[in-house]
Amino acid sequence: MAKSFILITGRTTKQGRTIHLGKQAKDYIDEVSALEMNPADMEALQVKEGDRVRLRTDHGSSVVRCKKGTVPPGLLFIAYGQFVNALVGPDTQGTGMPNTKGIEVEVEKDDSG
Amino acid sequence: MTVAKEMRVVKDVTCPFCGVTCDDLEVHVEDGKIRDVKNACVLGKDTFLHHLEGLATPRIDGKPASIEACIEAAADILARAKYPLIYGLDSTELHAHRKAIELADLIGANIDHTSSVCHAPSLQAVQTVGIPSCTVGEVKNRADLVIFWGANPAEAHPRHATRYSVTVKGMFTPQGRKDRTVIHIDVRRTPTSRMADTFIQIKPHSDYEVFSTLTALVNGHDLDVSEVGGVPLQEWRDLVEVMKGAKFGILYWGMGLTMTRGKYLNVVALLRLCQELNRFTKFLGAPLRGHGNVVGMAQVLTWQTGFPFAVNMSRGYPRFNPGEFSVADLLGRGEVDAALIIAADAIGNFPAKAAQHLKSIPLIAVDPKESETTKVAQVVIPAAQAAVAAEGVAYRMDHIPLPLKKVVDSPYPSDREILDRIIARVLAKRPDDGAKRAAPLPRG
Repeated sequence: MAKSFILITGRTTKQGRTIHLGKQAKDYIDEVSALEMNPADMEALQVKEGDRVRLRTDHGSSVVRCKKGTVPPGLLFIAYGQFVNALVGPDTQGTGMPNTKGIEVEVEKDDSG
Repeated sequence: MTVAKEMRVVKDVTCPFCGVTCDDLEVHVEDGKIRDVKNACVLGKDTFLHHLEGLATPRIDGKPASIEACIEAAADILARAKYPLIYGLDSTELHAHRKAIELADLIGANIDHTSSVCHAPSLQAVQTVGIPSCTVGEVKNRADLVIFWGANPAEAHPRHATRYSVTVKGMFTPQGRKDRTVIHIDVRRTPTSRMADTFIQIKPHSDYEVFSTLTALVNGHDLDVSEVGGVPLQEWRDLVEVMKGAKFGILYWGMGLTMTRGKYLNVVALLRLCQELNRFTKFLGAPLRGHGNVVGMAQVLTWQTGFPFAVNMSRGYPRFNPGEFSVADLLGRGEVDAALIIAADAIGNFPAKAAQHLKSIPLIAVDPKESETTKVAQVVIPAAQAAVAAEGVAYRMDHIPLPLKKVVDSPYPSDREILDRIIARVLAKRPDDGAKRAAPLPRG
């Protein structure tokens, strides 16, 4: 069953380093597709470290891998990259800046692959 | 017989990766390849060590072509376009910025850069209420209170702490870390929390409310609530006392404020708080800027057009309107009919719908390396990487210009040369342009 979360994005050291290897490099893709989640939320969603989850917004969806994180319950973190770009809409409310942090997402376990 | 290897050490090299713009790197070069980098953080080190990985090649419609042919094809696209876009410009240098603006003026383009999707809301806030600010040197020498808000410099700007703000020893901070109180305020714990004395975790989307609360408390008002932003009011009262009691306070903010709900209004509220604190002590604010030389492009665009981003030249003079001429909006609405993306990976970084429009129009990519943008561009022009294989100037996050060195050679021209050659070819395709510029002819 899908659960609602707030997703934030940002730079990580590993994302900043592996970007020099190219955006198809395994190390880069592993880093930008790792979703940090609070362990209590992982339990509620019945997912373990490394399990795939689908993130959905009004603008698109992405399948990423779960990772235990220090984020508070209800909050998710993922590094900048193509997996989060798919979830962001182009509306900027007249500011020029898309809503790239604080994105409302639906999350569910993905058993398709 | 063994051939002697050419080995040399280039000192005082400026790093182009982030806005800390460290200018004390030592780069070891052997036979035209960078073998080692001293003094840099891991991000800077990898920028130099991987300089030869994934290099772009010149091509038109996916087929190999000469640089000259690519420049001709780019000029053709731009000269024909009715409402083109020039975008990127963070990973390059001042002279390329100037040339890009000249080209935008010539073809009546929209010109925007990576600030648009990072600290543009900060620029709008500064335009709205002004900013009490200073250089990083002032922070190093004087700051006894450093607050990081919605920012993670430990991962995004690794040497900021050791060069300017946390552990560094300065004139009036001779004991370095011991002379400073460091506070981190964010929606989650990060490596930056570990270098702070205090971490305050607030709820997402509550920044504006918290700044308003702090400003009210600074002004002597109390509030009839038990918590704000998920934090007990008493903690905010205590923070206000720490801020008012500092000799020299600085509040650094990151994209935790600009990319989230409220956007520039969050930063307006932050700057008003800093301004109010100046009734009690010296208190300043500054955005943690950079990727790359994004500050430089905002500086150059401002001195040339009067505006820091989202500029449109289609009427022959610069107009500024975020939401109308900003890149995410132009692409999201599918308005531009051709684009030149230079020194940035627009398709790799934009919201999916904006990237989709770029894929549907004639696209020119100028980049040292292959990227999501070069993969789909009609014309790809490889460039010598600024700060590695081309010299120039970059602006540090506090607007101090620093020279970029050329450390190794590249077979390709610099961004500024490529732009200059495109300008020449666009002009050549418009034979009436010279006459129009010289003097108006009488009609009839």
